[in-house]
Amino acid sequence: MPESYVLELKGITKNYFGTTVLKGISLSVKAGEIHALVGENGAGKSTLMNLIFGMPVIHETGGFEGDIFIDGQKVNITSPRQAMELGIGMVHQEFMLLPGFTVTENIKLNRELSKANLVSKTFGSSFETLDYPAMQNDTSLAMKKLGLSIDETSLVAGLPVGYMQFVEIAREIDKKNVRLLVFDEPTAVLTESEAEYLITAMRLLAAQGIAILFITHRLDEVMACSDMITILRDGEMVTSISRSNASLERIAELMVGRKLERAQLPPRAVEPHDQDLILELNNLQVQMPGEQVRNLNLKVRRGEILGIGGLAGQGKIGIANGVMGLYPASGEVYKDQNQIKLNDSKDALQSGMAFVSEDRRGVGLLVDESIALNIVLTSIEAQQKFLQPAVLPGVRLIDKKSVRSYTLKMIKDLDIRCTGPNQPVRRLSGGNQQKVCLARAFTLKPEVLWISEPTRGIDVGAKQLVLDLLVQMNREYGMTIIMTSSELTELRRICDRIALVYKGRVAGILRPDASDLEFGLVMAGKKTAKEVG
Amino acid sequence: METKVLTAKDYLNKEAIRAFFVGFGLPRLIISGFLLILFILAFIMKMDLTILLSDSLVRIGMNGLLVLAMLPTLVTGVGLNFGLPIGFICGLVGGVISMELNLVGFRGLFSAILFSLPLAVITGYLYAALLERVRGQEMMVGTYLGFSVVAGMCIFWLMAPFKNPVMIFAIGGKGLRYTLTLFQHFGKVLNNLLAFSLMGVVIPTGLLLFFAFFCLLAHLFFRTRTGLAMIATGANPLYASSSGINIRAMRYTSIILSNVLAAIGAIVYAQSYGFLQLYTAPLYAAFPAVAAALIGGATLKKATVSQIIVGTILFQTLLTIALPVTQTALRGADISEIARMIISNGMILYALTRAERR
Repeated sequence: MPESYVLELKGITKNYFGTTVLKGISLSVKAGEIHALVGENGAGKSTLMNLIFGMPVIHETGGFEGDIFIDGQKVNITSPRQAMELGIGMVHQEFMLLPGFTVTENIKLNRELSKANLVSKTFGSSFETLDYPAMQNDTSLAMKKLGLSIDETSLVAGLPVGYMQFVEIAREIDKKNVRLLVFDEPTAVLTESEAEYLITAMRLLAAQGIAILFITHRLDEVMACSDMITILRDGEMVTSISRSNASLERIAELMVGRKLERAQLPPRAVEPHDQDLILELNNLQVQMPGEQVRNLNLKVRRGEILGIGGLAGQGKIGIANGVMGLYPASGEVYKDQNQIKLNDSKDALQSGMAFVSEDRRGVGLLVDESIALNIVLTSIEAQQKFLQPAVLPGVRLIDKKSVRSYTLKMIKDLDIRCTGPNQPVRRLSGGNQQKVCLARAFTLKPEVLWISEPTRGIDVGAKQLVLDLLVQMNREYGMTIIMTSSELTELRRICDRIALVYKGRVAGILRPDASDLEFGLVMAGKKTAKEVG
Repeated sequence: METKVLTAKDYLNKEAIRAFFVGFGLPRLIISGFLLILFILAFIMKMDLTILLSDSLVRIGMNGLLVLAMLPTLVTGVGLNFGLPIGFICGLVGGVISMELNLVGFRGLFSAILFSLPLAVITGYLYAALLERVRGQEMMVGTYLGFSVVAGMCIFWLMAPFKNPVMIFAIGGKGLRYTLTLFQHFGKVLNNLLAFSLMGVVIPTGLLLFFAFFCLLAHLFFRTRTGLAMIATGANPLYASSSGINIRAMRYTSIILSNVLAAIGAIVYAQSYGFLQLYTAPLYAAFPAVAAALIGGATLKKATVSQIIVGTILFQTLLTIALPVTQTALRGADISEIARMIISNGMILYALTRAERR
């Protein structure tokens, strides 16, 4: 009975500047069904959601192919407003609430109930009095649907995080015609018990006939509540299965599974081993919002390429940022048995470590400055290189000549496509900007290189080049590389070992040739794998 | 390979020429054009161009350091130093002490600078500590702090125990006068140093050299490790801290430097003017300097020494030329002060609204 579907997608294909991010996705959600959409980071979940919700970014980048049906009617959703009118509600990962407003006011914002008064009769309906009792009534009704009771008149600012999520949901279900609710990783910011509660609330909503599209990468939640499961991988739909036919292992395998193309890497004279450690992290904790690291222990072998993987929000990004002093950290970090001061970038740099940040434009570059300055500035500050004595004793100026010749050499070595050392990095492409970031780090001649998301936002050719470069630095100079990436494929391509982070801890360290199943399970926190050779 | 390098170089040349025009910027092209028209007008109206030019040169040297004081804070991203009166007053205090001691000539000038330096460093530090607490609103807080300090200092000028009879009120024998004449002390010592006349235009060599010397110092400073750290702090604080730079220290340093430059600038200004103006005179000291820096093309994120120099020249010449010309053109009506306000405040408004958009 195709007419009973609330939402149907047929053959959805979406290109972003020539890269296909969604390929022929077809999906259908029945009324009262909880439909889970799972996939790794970058599998296309968010794009699909933006598309359903008519976010402007989709249309600004050239629209999409394929059809969307709501209740069997073909629709063309061009704005979030229209999506709302069609009965689609969205619960965002980040809360869109006004902290200084009460629960009721937040829920009823821009949809207030009001009564006519003297002024409004003269000046129009914008001057009507708010009907608080009626609004509070509606609010408590919506809350009841969620199986929850909170004081409608309390301020949102004082609520626990979990409750804020519920206020968001209440706002959506308070809209009278809502038939489909999209949850975008709703449990990412919740504690375990709050998450459980949310799942219960979702079931309650579904029982009232609302269709739910549940985007997540937490597999246990999927198993706990969903009726149907659709798995995306690299923008393609792998399969749609009902929960009764699915098992945790199978989903994990389907989510990760792809052919491994591990190129033959050059051999080393001595393979890295546990007797020769270069770095030791003990009980590392990093307060990085959204990527918290909790009591993490990790041993890094001299000369290896260590991969750090894991799903978004589990804390893999926080590790490098904490060790390099960019986010508040505590715990102990030893390099060659010497303890490194945390929360002190200078000490980290001077102990022979360098960092290529995942936030290229935010941390990695001075976008309006020249390539040359971008490459040498950190080593001028941290290592006092590229300086020459000036007229006065004790005063040293930047040595423009050696900076220029060094930059020219780096431009040639790393094949940075540019007009010259003085070009501002803003005008470079993403891949070339990344090479500038790498050059900045290499200039420090680090023994340990932390590199996060090295290939994010750069094209395929540049990706390969960056990875090759890392292997080359590792083999030729024995540089120990710790590479954090959301892309398991690239980790498995060049790393010696891959540490998977779950809930701020290392859940397991796997060999790159371990099975897809194993990777999937460890990443989802369903299994801890202890050390491998 | 050979050809590739060649084309890249060619492109660089074209780029360099284009970059020069883009870098010089539309506002500066317009103002330069406007200046040219004013000069032609002045010539047609048979005004004495040599006097106008001499005046312009004096005003450039006289205000230059105050404009240069904007540079350090702009570079580190603290913004324009609207609290310029704070440093300015340190300079005035230095000048007053030097007068009290009856030091004359260059001894008077340099001891005034010497006396003002520790004051400027201390007040600069306190000023920086305040601005650190109000990150993001430095310019507004600076403006009002400047106003408050000027008001507070009015009490100081009245109460301070200065004894030199040429400085204190003739009646009552207590409190400094509104305007102290410097001619017996260090008035115009820099202006007159090596001054010569070229086709009727008087060149205040000493004054201009003094300004040039500080510009050179500033230029060299921004090539040192500390200077580069400041540039990085302003351009991208996260990049800076990931390079091991202490951002807070850089912001403090830049504010103190700016304060010191303002103090020296105030003394140079006073010696060139011939008078020390106390009480509410420093109230609006910041605005012409801010306007000049912005006209020169400095933005809230990036500024260079050359922009400061260009801005000072354009703004001060504009003020010197525009007023007599409009005065002559609109015979009788005294609009000079109004015109000055319109030009300087209009410039600030224009530049600030443009600066954000980049």
